[in-house]
Amino acid sequence: MSVPPWLSDLFWTYQNVVVSLGVNGLLALSMYVVLAAGQLSLGQAAFMGLGAYASALLTLRLHAPFWAVLPAAMLVPVAFALLVGGPTLRLAGVYLAIATIGLGEVLRAVYLNVDALGGALGLSGIPEAAPLWLIYALLAAALLVFWRIGRSRVGRAMEAMRSDETAALAMGVNVRRYRLATLVASAALAGLAGALSAHSTDFIGPNDYGFEPAVSILSFALLGGIGSPIAPVVGAVVLTLLPELMRGFAELRLILNGVVIVLAVLFLPRGLVAWRMRRRAA
Amino acid sequence: MLPQQLVNGVLLGATYALFALGFTLMFGVLRVINLTYGFYFTAGAFVAWFVTRAGGGLWLALPAAALASGVIAVVVDALLLTRLRRARADELASLMVTLGAVLALYAALAALLGPDIRRLPPAVLGNEAISLDGVRVTQAQLLILGASVVLAGGLVWLVRFSRLGLAIRAVAENPDAAGLMGIDTARVAALVSFVSGTLAGAGGVLIGLAFNAIHPYMGEAMMLRGFVVVILGGLGDIFGALVAGLLLGVIEVLTAGYLASGLKEAVAFAILVLVLWTRPAGLFGRPVARRV
Repeated sequence: MSVPPWLSDLFWTYQNVVVSLGVNGLLALSMYVVLAAGQLSLGQAAFMGLGAYASALLTLRLHAPFWAVLPAAMLVPVAFALLVGGPTLRLAGVYLAIATIGLGEVLRAVYLNVDALGGALGLSGIPEAAPLWLIYALLAAALLVFWRIGRSRVGRAMEAMRSDETAALAMGVNVRRYRLATLVASAALAGLAGALSAHSTDFIGPNDYGFEPAVSILSFALLGGIGSPIAPVVGAVVLTLLPELMRGFAELRLILNGVVIVLAVLFLPRGLVAWRMRRRAA
Repeated sequence: MLPQQLVNGVLLGATYALFALGFTLMFGVLRVINLTYGFYFTAGAFVAWFVTRAGGGLWLALPAAALASGVIAVVVDALLLTRLRRARADELASLMVTLGAVLALYAALAALLGPDIRRLPPAVLGNEAISLDGVRVTQAQLLILGASVVLAGGLVWLVRFSRLGLAIRAVAENPDAAGLMGIDTARVAALVSFVSGTLAGAGGVLIGLAFNAIHPYMGEAMMLRGFVVVILGGLGDIFGALVAGLLLGVIEVLTAGYLASGLKEAVAFAILVLVLWTRPAGLFGRPVARRV
């Protein structure tokens, strides 16, 4: 392969950013699928952390091969999604939001206090086993799947739930089943993103999956919008690249993410990419 | 051993109750999970820190902190939530706005003042412990217990028995009908925000004293306990929040004493999930027909 040296230099310099773009794209999609069904989960970072910790522990302690840790990284967050989603999906939307913020806070405390999980030092020496092409292939696959689902009957049902739940119920949409299914899909996807990012960075720590990343993931989806699966990924790209360009201190990035959420909800409810998918008539 | 732990539990629980009072009031009346609440708590503690640094005593710092937090709460409500209320946006929209706002506020404060832990000067409140039958309590702990009981009592009185409380309950019940009956709903909303903000600010000072630590994210650190207390007590239930706070404190101290101190948060969360499975309306709540 004849890659010009300047291109390969550029790539190695910005490798972290290239990985973050793919991982954040997956996280934005995991947020999208929940929001598209009219719910709010603030546990995306927690689900990501569960995937990261589960996969890292399997790799480090049991020397499991990389292809085997990925399914585990999806199953563990799904179990927690069922635990938290089971009771809350029967209730009003705020209960899921509250319980999922709580999940993030408690997991941070657990990682910090349980020595078998690395404690305050976190887990280091994770092999960088996640190939870059795999991250982007999975992102493309997820986009394609959500695109197909969005245009189908299921997508229509989700949109109906989002705009008017009572009407959707009356039209025979099984709202509870869709809610649980979207939460499970979202947890699996976030867990996958967690495993991929843990296996491209060598180190994970208890504070990597707390309140701030949870809010940042929400800001990706709100900036891009949820009219189509492309939109949240665009949001993730913008909010991953912007701080890189500004070269500011870490707090600046958090302030930016917070302000983006406020402005998007107040003034830009359909997001930057307001264009919506077309559907064939039923 | 056990009596000391029960006392410690009640005292810890009083801090949780104190934190949760304004939070549950805000939800009960305005129907908003206002996550900026944690920032009012932080802001109160920092105002008190500045006042005591400038030489003021606790009796100046506490009201100043409460007042400042109350004003911040009114401003945040007017800037962010009034608009959504007018547009009849759903409660998830207002939750998301306050979430974004609180992250920006915490990060801005941390950028401005640095993330280090500060302490109120020790002279502010005597730190010597009072001993009774071998059970030790500090003055700050007693102050918190007293404050949370008095404030909860005062709030219940305000809401149940005063004329203003009647207006507040009317707005909580149905804002449109309350408006038609001649109640200035915007004023009630501002007032409820102010009262919640002052409670948070006062709570921030007292808890900053008791734990001897003030830092930008201290409000965020209380949030998990805040959620457990308001859900266990019933969203919007003031008396429920007091009981739930004390209960959670006792359970946590006993967990730390007899199981493992690292499990405190996990137990708090387990209670949250258990309540949501079995009694989502809270300890004293009656099940309500679900609004869909």
